[in-house]
Amino acid sequence: MDRQIRKLGVALLVLFSALFVRLNHIQVVEAQELQNKPGNTRKATKDFARERGVIQTADGVVLAQSVPVDSAFKRLRQYPEKELFGHLTGFFSFTYGSSGLERAYNDDLAGRSERLRGVRDLLSDRTRTGNVTITVTKRLQTVAKDALGNRRGAVVALDPTTGAVLAMWAYPSFDPNPLSAHDQRAVQQAYQSLSADPAAKPMRSRAYQERYAPGSTFKVVTAAAALEKQPDLVTKSYPSQRELDLPQTNRNLRNFGGGTCGGALRDLLRVSCNTGFAQMGLDMGADKLVDQAKAFGFESRPPIDLTAVATSVLGEDDLARNKPALAYSSIGQQSVSATPLQMALVAAGVANGGVVMKPHLLAEVRDSEGQVVRSAQPEEWKRAMSPANAAALRDMMVGVVNDGTATRAKVPGAQVAAKTGTAQTVGNSAHAWIVAFAPAEAPKVAVAVIVESQSGNDDNLTGGRVAAPIAAAVIRAALGS
Amino acid sequence: MMRARARDTELGLLLLVAIVTGGAYVLASLGKTASLPANIGPFLGVILGLLLVAHLVVRRVARNADAVLLPIAGLLNGLGYVFIARLNQDLAGLQATWTLIGIAAFIGTLFVVRQARDLDRYRYSFALLGVGLLMMPLLPGVGRVINGARLWVRLGPINFQPGELAKIALAIFFAAYLVEKRELLSDFGKGRLLPQPRAAAPLLLAWGFSLLVMTAEKDLGSSLLFFALFIGLLWIATDRAMYLGIGAGLFAMGSVFAYTSFTHVQERVKIWRNPWPHAADDGYQLVQGLYAMGSGGISGSGIGLGSPQKIPAAATDFIFAAIGEETGLIGTIAVVTAFLLMVGVGLRIALRADQPFEKLLATGLTLILGVQTFIILGGVTQLVPLTGITLPFVSYGGSSLIANYVLLALLLRISNDTVERRLRREGVDG
Repeated sequence: MDRQIRKLGVALLVLFSALFVRLNHIQVVEAQELQNKPGNTRKATKDFARERGVIQTADGVVLAQSVPVDSAFKRLRQYPEKELFGHLTGFFSFTYGSSGLERAYNDDLAGRSERLRGVRDLLSDRTRTGNVTITVTKRLQTVAKDALGNRRGAVVALDPTTGAVLAMWAYPSFDPNPLSAHDQRAVQQAYQSLSADPAAKPMRSRAYQERYAPGSTFKVVTAAAALEKQPDLVTKSYPSQRELDLPQTNRNLRNFGGGTCGGALRDLLRVSCNTGFAQMGLDMGADKLVDQAKAFGFESRPPIDLTAVATSVLGEDDLARNKPALAYSSIGQQSVSATPLQMALVAAGVANGGVVMKPHLLAEVRDSEGQVVRSAQPEEWKRAMSPANAAALRDMMVGVVNDGTATRAKVPGAQVAAKTGTAQTVGNSAHAWIVAFAPAEAPKVAVAVIVESQSGNDDNLTGGRVAAPIAAAVIRAALGS
Repeated sequence: MMRARARDTELGLLLLVAIVTGGAYVLASLGKTASLPANIGPFLGVILGLLLVAHLVVRRVARNADAVLLPIAGLLNGLGYVFIARLNQDLAGLQATWTLIGIAAFIGTLFVVRQARDLDRYRYSFALLGVGLLMMPLLPGVGRVINGARLWVRLGPINFQPGELAKIALAIFFAAYLVEKRELLSDFGKGRLLPQPRAAAPLLLAWGFSLLVMTAEKDLGSSLLFFALFIGLLWIATDRAMYLGIGAGLFAMGSVFAYTSFTHVQERVKIWRNPWPHAADDGYQLVQGLYAMGSGGISGSGIGLGSPQKIPAAATDFIFAAIGEETGLIGTIAVVTAFLLMVGVGLRIALRADQPFEKLLATGLTLILGVQTFIILGGVTQLVPLTGITLPFVSYGGSSLIANYVLLALLLRISNDTVERRLRREGVDG
């Protein structure tokens, strides 16, 4: 019997060895992954009970704060500005984890980042939480909100020279307070009711998490490609016509509203001439257009300090061979899709002499004693154009405002440069767009506005009529006039 | 001389156990409330006192017994208690009482069973007792269904899981029966590959019995445990590898039957294969256990500093995940090593035993301990489909604790008898 007992011993040893291996797998190899699974609330439980810093605007308005409460979690996270900053602060939920700035600056807010710790923390027990100040002001955010009103859409305003976000509003928004409460049943109900309407999607920011066809605002990219990569197209005079006969198909590309237009680039941009830009795209070829779009940030995730940021794309793999797709892409249709944030970055790149700055919300982090432990430094993200070409494009965009489709974007006391867009969607409706910056000679603010699904006759739903006044209001407020 | 050294070793190890458990208890309290536990004195007193009493009894009635088993059991019991206390104060009070009763059962077993071979004589009584205990939950009136499994009996104010004790009674019966019938069972006849029908009957009976337990009580873990115990002992007694093959075949048939007949079995297998899509409902417990162990990492969150209360049944079936969260890989490896040591010591006792019955009984008891540990730890770590069964000595539960202390006493008794007989043969005063 002894032989079998030894064999049994070996068998049991094998089984237990499998346990050892499996435990190493769970607790070493997969440990990090398991800790970060969204359903694992252990980290959040710890963060809930401990002190947490404040998030505030550049003009000193508190957006998120932790107040002591008499419950198991000890502290409740409050958002006094409710939905006005919901998409920026995000929420800090026991059940659903965290999002937005709460997530991006969690280590600073919770006092876990290296910068907030020093040797003396070994000896003293001081509060180590960091307070986060962002570059957005409540004043400008409110202007953006009021200007957009109860229309689905988004407004993004950047400082083109630094990449600082000055305002970022999307409607509909959401109030983070119910999601950050302690009664888990109520939190779940709040989350479900916010998720109930698949069309409204209030928890997703239309400013940086949703993509739309950019329509004619994308012509800024096509124009930049001509200036940068094939200058002979800038002075080429395109024939005045109503429709462009596309290769490889019997489909014809028409001008907006059935109009007739043509001429050199400056005139094409001023009146937003579809036939001219489509032909220009075909003339230069896919590579140049794609390269230029990438140089503005398409196909890359904008390195902004938020979570779940969408990447803007051209969306067509084979533009080189698919000529109709190239023609439509040149006017921002077909599969091109961009976030309002990305289109604001295009405008900001032109405004800043061709350099796209890294977009950011953080102004600075201070420790509880008021010492700055970290502050945002302007950084280049992309070089899209030469300064000379950027200046030339800027002048053309000034023409759009003074004498083209964006006359409603004018503001008193400052020259605005802009480009409108009206991206047709299904049926008789369209997204109204504008990208703009001002003052043209020394830009301080770059703006992108989208108003979703405008319907009506062709004249009422355009970017020039619907979006331009919103941009003007934001620019006026940003320039302090 | 021999005896003194073994018992002194045991005493020394028990002191170490008291230090480790006491330390863990203090840490748990510091972690939870940042203060020293008010009842550390009584706690250490009880732990030390109980183990010391057990030790003194062993010194008196089984002085040549193995020195390592009791300290390891004490360590696992103490560690389990610390985690139960950390999770649920009410359960901790009960567990302390159960420990007291468990040690009393340990002592009682050592006193009553003065020689292991006495058990041999009562084999059919044990068979009846084992079957009776197993079937008890099926009796109307006393049987109770908890968490979908009908394996509880309500006697007055307390709930009891008779299956835990049944496995020991059946191990005794199997050992006695197989020693008696091993000739018959190993004689397949000339040139035959299969046992004779007369010899196969008990095998089929054991199989049918396992299936019955599974279908009537929905207790997969115990069913598997009994079957593994019977086939394992049958093979060891007869040295007929064919029994392992037949056993594997019957196991496969039983598994297919279980899978096709019971939705709860299908559910377990589904969750085992991929728990993540079911993280919010059916797979919640397993996923929470994995979260806990993963969050523990290598060194753990520290006792009292994790969130093991998020795991359903953290104090019973999933106590290992709670230990994994707060003590990390270091703690889980230590616990598994402790069980491996117990299994090793148990098999060594079996190897040294000179009586076939004692050899087989020691093997069977060790097999129960090892397989039960593997079934639950494998289930919690997603190595095998999860079946609800306790972790010996560690989990909360009176029946489990009592049964395992009885099992421990029997192993000690066998090892003591073996040494004593050897000493007598060698003419040394035992």
